[in-house]
Amino acid sequence: MPNFETVVVDTDLLIIGGGMSACGATFEAAYWAKKNGLKVVVVDKAAMDRSGAVAMGLSAINQYINYAKGVNTLEDYVKYVRQDLMGVSREDLVYDIARHVDSTVHLFEKWGLPIWKDEQGNYVNEGRWQIMINGESYKVIVAEAAKNAMNEAGFTDWLYERVFIVEPLMDYDNNKCLGGVGFSVRENKFYVFKAKATIACMGGAVHVFRPRSVGEGLGRAWYPPWNAGSTAYFTIRAGAEMTCQEVRFIPVRFKDGYGPVGAWFLLFKSRATNAFGEEYMVTRADELPQWAPYGTGKPIPANLRNWLGMEDVMAGKGPIYMRTEEAIANLAAKYKDDPKAFKKKMKELEAEAWEDFLDMTISQSLLWAGMNIQPEERSSEIAAAEPYFIGSHSGASGAWVCGPEDVMPAEYRKQWEPIGVYNHMTTVKGLFTAGDGAGASSHKFSSGSHAEGRIAAKGAIAYILDNNVAPKVDDAVVAKMKETILAPMARFEQFHALSSDPDINPNFIKPKMFMFRLQKIMDEYCAGVSSQFTTNKSLLERGLELLGMLKEDSEKLAAADLHELMRAWENTHRMWIAESHLRHVLFREESRWPGYYYRADFPKMDEANWKCFVNSVWNPKTGEWTLKKVPIINLPV
Amino acid sequence: MPSYVILEKCDGCKGQDKTACMYICPNDLMVLDKEKMKAWNRAPEMCWECYNCVKICPQQAIDVRAYADFVPMGASVVPLRGSEDIMWTVKFRNGQVKRFKFPIRTTPEGKANPLAGFETGTDDIKSPILCTEPASTGQATLPTLKK
Repeated sequence: MPNFETVVVDTDLLIIGGGMSACGATFEAAYWAKKNGLKVVVVDKAAMDRSGAVAMGLSAINQYINYAKGVNTLEDYVKYVRQDLMGVSREDLVYDIARHVDSTVHLFEKWGLPIWKDEQGNYVNEGRWQIMINGESYKVIVAEAAKNAMNEAGFTDWLYERVFIVEPLMDYDNNKCLGGVGFSVRENKFYVFKAKATIACMGGAVHVFRPRSVGEGLGRAWYPPWNAGSTAYFTIRAGAEMTCQEVRFIPVRFKDGYGPVGAWFLLFKSRATNAFGEEYMVTRADELPQWAPYGTGKPIPANLRNWLGMEDVMAGKGPIYMRTEEAIANLAAKYKDDPKAFKKKMKELEAEAWEDFLDMTISQSLLWAGMNIQPEERSSEIAAAEPYFIGSHSGASGAWVCGPEDVMPAEYRKQWEPIGVYNHMTTVKGLFTAGDGAGASSHKFSSGSHAEGRIAAKGAIAYILDNNVAPKVDDAVVAKMKETILAPMARFEQFHALSSDPDINPNFIKPKMFMFRLQKIMDEYCAGVSSQFTTNKSLLERGLELLGMLKEDSEKLAAADLHELMRAWENTHRMWIAESHLRHVLFREESRWPGYYYRADFPKMDEANWKCFVNSVWNPKTGEWTLKKVPIINLPV
Repeated sequence: MPSYVILEKCDGCKGQDKTACMYICPNDLMVLDKEKMKAWNRAPEMCWECYNCVKICPQQAIDVRAYADFVPMGASVVPLRGSEDIMWTVKFRNGQVKRFKFPIRTTPEGKANPLAGFETGTDDIKSPILCTEPASTGQATLPTLKK
């Protein structure tokens, strides 16, 4: 076991992560920290230019309100999110993000992001809230602006890349976060970041459930495989209250490659039909009133659209096809009498269709090319993917955070009055989060996550100015954390010589098999793909029992090198978000989002008893979980 | 394999401390074999095919072979990323080739101007107004809700 140097970094504000919300937080913090003479440190487990969920790029920005021109109102957006999430959302947070998101998008454009424009110079909308971009370098540009903001403000040595933060540094007696600890994935160094406030922006979670592809294609998750639930782990372990952990997201996407469908449904107006040419949104429309008022409202919530398609598949009516050839033919039809214009339009549509994939899901282009699919000639299969945790999208999992003073209802506000009302602070003092880390504020996507990072950074700086005391950290506690975090390497060192195979050993389990064990439990007991997204109380209780044994075995994880040590802790993070999710699914005795998961023992939505948030807290002192119902307070919109 | 390194083209980034692909891979997959001075993808099954290693490689020594467990063989998708646009060559299993070119940015590399000329409307740290606001919202005041 090599010696690991302990590196201690003191800062005022610590930002963990490097994706859209972390870049937003960094950009905003640069301004307010400089103005107030405070220090900021950012820690990313990868390289900020291409870290996070937007690493590959995106072909659209999914949240742009366009309120200054009066095209939409913020109130419209609040109602849209309320409808899509079956009534369950923190409307104060949704409103707050929406009023800042246009500002963030206008900055993106100035920074150099190409946004499609029409002949009048207006952004081209994909749908009501979505605008089209040439987004190959979206993340590069946003990271560059964050870096330039820090560098131009005069900060130096502020960015730590390839450092993986494992655990929050806590003063549990005072319910206060003091920073975070972790290690470099490149050199034998253990890092201790001590901070007056911390923003956890490490994204959502992938590979908690068994994916559809389990060979090489294991990595081809819809959301990136490096999102390991580290934000949820950080906030849960800090003792922060979590919300909507049951509200996973199941994207219906082009099958296997997981290419985006938004442009096809919204921009190209494509239909999806089953093997018999039936359109499930039409043939199954009479099922929607069961989910009223959401099922009968517009637009039909994502999870209900999923559900109708899933029912077709369960009835043996698959495959489900996106009718690309029909959509393109319809769009080109009005040019049919002018061969030259028709050819030009077809060329334009073809380029738009391919760019949609090449900007954000290159694998789907490769899959189309491998199957000789040209979208103007034939349809492509779509399918429901495995479950993901992505509070920024049409899921809602994350921490329960404080809202803005001028909008947050008094009922929510009173929870923060004893510890301080700071926008986006969790229920732990000095711990903030945004993006996939903040729950019940769905539909923020890339742009809203950036805006939310900005909101959290300003809130955190305000907190530091009111609570400007150096964190008191017990060296003995840090030494113990170092031992625990490095233990998988020590374990490998101690036992590996017993076996000729470095992965097979009775004394330890390697991270990869640990992940497969987790995925199998979640898939089979907690409504994964192979269970047709269906579960019940008995399955969940059995799953919880198996998770308990997995948790015991997490203390037998072994790592041969730093890369494997990162995997060991990522998979521990996944295990915690899995347990939290399962407990929420078990607690909520109804089926509110049938296209995300279905409780066979409570097959109906129960507005009288379950139109509420489910919140949970893991008690760091006792290790016990407490779950409760929290009332939804609607904004007057 | 997802991404794979073409031995003939990889020069290990000429013995620098780390290679370009190691620097950029969001999932920490690319490693340099210092004896052979060649990079390799240590866990192809954890590769997202994000192509960041392919795009950044100065030798164009990295390509992607589609996931063998669901993609029929024979296709390739190859990018050439410049400072303003990206050129894609898509080769189909049946030999057909398509080329596409898309813009990637409208400002010179490295030159994103953070505040972008927007004035900040307040010094009040407790105000909901963020730096660059309200100017960057496109209207004179930040909206709020009458409670």
